[in-house]
Amino acid sequence: MTMEENMGGSNGDRFPVGMRVLAVDDDPICLKVLENLLRRCQYEVTTTNQAIKALKMLRENKNRYDLVISDVNMPDMDGFKLLELVGLEMDLPVIMLSAHSDTKLVMKGITHGACDYLLKPVRIEELKNIWQHVVRRKKPDSKDQITAPNQDKARGGTGEVGQTSAYCSDQKGYKKRKDQGEDEEEEGEDNWHENEDPSNQKKPRVVWSVDLHRKFVAAVNHLGLDKAVPKKILDLMNVEGITRENVASHLQKYRLYLRRLSSVATQQANMVAVLGSKDPSYLRMGSLDGFGDFRTLTGPGRLSSASLSSYQSGGMFGRLNSSSTLSLHGISSGLIQPGHSQTLNSSINGLGKIQPVVLSANQNQNGSLFPWIPTSIELNQLSQTESTNHFGENNRVNDPNIFGVAASFSDATLTNGSSNNSLSTTSGKPLLSHASTQQLQHSDAFGNQPSLGVASLNQESIDMSVRGFPNCLDHGRCSGNWQGTVQSSNLRSNEGFGNEQLPRNNLQENNYWTISHPSISPIDLSSSMASSARLEDSRADMLCHSGLNNVVVPNIDHTPNKQWGDSRHNHDGNLNNSLCWVDSVSATGSMMDQNNVVGSKMIDVSLFSRLSGGSPFVVQHPKSEKSPFDTELRSNEDFLFEQSKPQDGFSRNNYESLEDIMCSMIKLVRMYDQEL
Amino acid sequence: MMGLVADRLRADANRLLAFLFNQGILDEQFLQLQQLRDESSPNFVSEVVNIHFHESEKLLRNLRSLLMDREFSGYNKMGIHLNQFMGSSSSIGAKRIRNACFAFRAASEQNSRAGCLRALELLEHDYCFLKNKLHELFQIQQQRVLAAGARYPMQN
Repeated sequence: MTMEENMGGSNGDRFPVGMRVLAVDDDPICLKVLENLLRRCQYEVTTTNQAIKALKMLRENKNRYDLVISDVNMPDMDGFKLLELVGLEMDLPVIMLSAHSDTKLVMKGITHGACDYLLKPVRIEELKNIWQHVVRRKKPDSKDQITAPNQDKARGGTGEVGQTSAYCSDQKGYKKRKDQGEDEEEEGEDNWHENEDPSNQKKPRVVWSVDLHRKFVAAVNHLGLDKAVPKKILDLMNVEGITRENVASHLQKYRLYLRRLSSVATQQANMVAVLGSKDPSYLRMGSLDGFGDFRTLTGPGRLSSASLSSYQSGGMFGRLNSSSTLSLHGISSGLIQPGHSQTLNSSINGLGKIQPVVLSANQNQNGSLFPWIPTSIELNQLSQTESTNHFGENNRVNDPNIFGVAASFSDATLTNGSSNNSLSTTSGKPLLSHASTQQLQHSDAFGNQPSLGVASLNQESIDMSVRGFPNCLDHGRCSGNWQGTVQSSNLRSNEGFGNEQLPRNNLQENNYWTISHPSISPIDLSSSMASSARLEDSRADMLCHSGLNNVVVPNIDHTPNKQWGDSRHNHDGNLNNSLCWVDSVSATGSMMDQNNVVGSKMIDVSLFSRLSGGSPFVVQHPKSEKSPFDTELRSNEDFLFEQSKPQDGFSRNNYESLEDIMCSMIKLVRMYDQEL
Repeated sequence: MMGLVADRLRADANRLLAFLFNQGILDEQFLQLQQLRDESSPNFVSEVVNIHFHESEKLLRNLRSLLMDREFSGYNKMGIHLNQFMGSSSSIGAKRIRNACFAFRAASEQNSRAGCLRALELLEHDYCFLKNKLHELFQIQQQRVLAAGARYPMQN
């Protein structure tokens, strides 16, 4: 169907003017405001306050609408359910809308196939860019003339859109992306070339959903990897809508992914053996840089030791975060904005070996379900070795180490158990958190997809470190969140690779979520924050947020991928605020929410109990409330709280993404464990 | 003469708006709402806000009854109401109320009934304040319309 038809007669040339949107929300106020905003954007709007009616309208005529915007909480039908149905039946882009920016919810939206997640109140700037989702799904051919500029616009647009959306799109795009080179080749078949010129694509995108991928894997396993040829796989899968070429490109990616897994496994073995020794294992991990995750976006080429070295920043914890994130991300996804990379890099340098590992970890993490376990072990090692040095300094260094470790391990197949143990023993909890945040940052940088992997890793590390943190555990939310995130992140990142395994991971993760160290909570916070929030803001503020502050997410600019057009302002204040959870408990709680990070909430609770809040952090104003936090945190992990300064740029997205990353990372580890 | 009245009214409206913004009661979302007002829907803002008040009062009442209930059923139902309240408040641009909702949500996540109660009281208080202020604002705007209409009947 041509674009014109799809647009329902509205001029393809004038697109996005006249784009037909169906808005579903049970709240009459939001619906009315949304309707008017959409009209202001010159879209054609139909509204209904019942999901069932919406479904009926959609089923009546599939071509009548180009885009669906749906609230998450609706009385007659769950928003996610509607999302799923629309995606399955009509293959229309669906944007989720919610007042609650809970990471779990966002993750759920992603896994159910939402192409964006907006936070109420919706701003008109965000709505102005939603047409990109329609373009992405449509045939690029007919949109050539439009797509090229659109792509740029989309890129730029995403930059403006809330960070969440960028994060979301990043995840999607990056998750599926292979190494740069491969991406180009697979352009035609690849669905995830969000930022690529779609003119190469000859066919409509095939979305490798979880189910689809599962079928694919089943078919491949049935045939045997050696004998698996696209034609046979296609026949076995018995799914319409995909071509042999789709399967072929997917198979290629899958093979790469498996290859990477096996090499990681050997690496992991080595690493485990040399646990405690830094360089060798880490360096080996570095070699992993070359291969991207199956879905990983970042090309290996992007990882540069330089960026790693940049981690070495003896600087502030917060800076570490940012820099590490930056470097990591920048390396991998090139999305990272070199904000605080310096600080982070320097800290990482201290770690030395970790850097290469980190890089590889990042890469691996991107969208791969590689087990994160090794990272945790690495983290332990790193923390142990580095902690002495860095702990004094607020554990700045630790973070990068941890991060690196975690990253590297992500591919490694270290058992979770071992890693967990090592992590828990590690005194450098901050490291873990740091690492996790870093990782999260990485993932953020990598886009939504990769970040998921990172997130899981981070989570894992965080989990490990958090072991002793009763607060975290106390709130089943925390673990629940993470699990959810991890799971979702895993699903997301791997498009099904990890899906099968995610459940296992989740289960395993639960066990691991033993918080041993109370100080970990900040990590959790930060990690979740990192994951959830976009790493757009490269400010050190981010660092403050989660104690992980160092993991400054802000640096990573996910703007291009902003799918979840979460209003930036929300995040800015939120992220920072959430990190500053150290402050008043109540404040944190609210702050956290604002940050829309599930994790933040959890952390809040835990933190609050721990920190008995100092000054209420500004939810909306990312002012740095360092002092209260600092003092508070001193008791636990100084560096964690150091950066309690709210980061302006800390977007919610980052936070969420970090969490997601953590989750996915954890899941990967688990998964890997299972496989082993 | 009419001009003076209109000017005074406009100054009043501006002052009130400035006050609300400075106090963090409203945020830029409210401005966006105002921008959505045009010839086809000149009373857009007041309509939306009135619907919001209507719904909010319902929600607040529900929240209170749920909280005061002897057999406290749990925070889930409250969460749903709260979510909706938060959504519509933020769509209006009621920043302070939204923040109060966050606090409420946090309290409910901590399973603290007392905290929820306190948060609810704060919510109710903020809501009443906002309602009064916005009513005042709409009155001024209405008077402006009247004043303008009296002077220039054809003018909008």
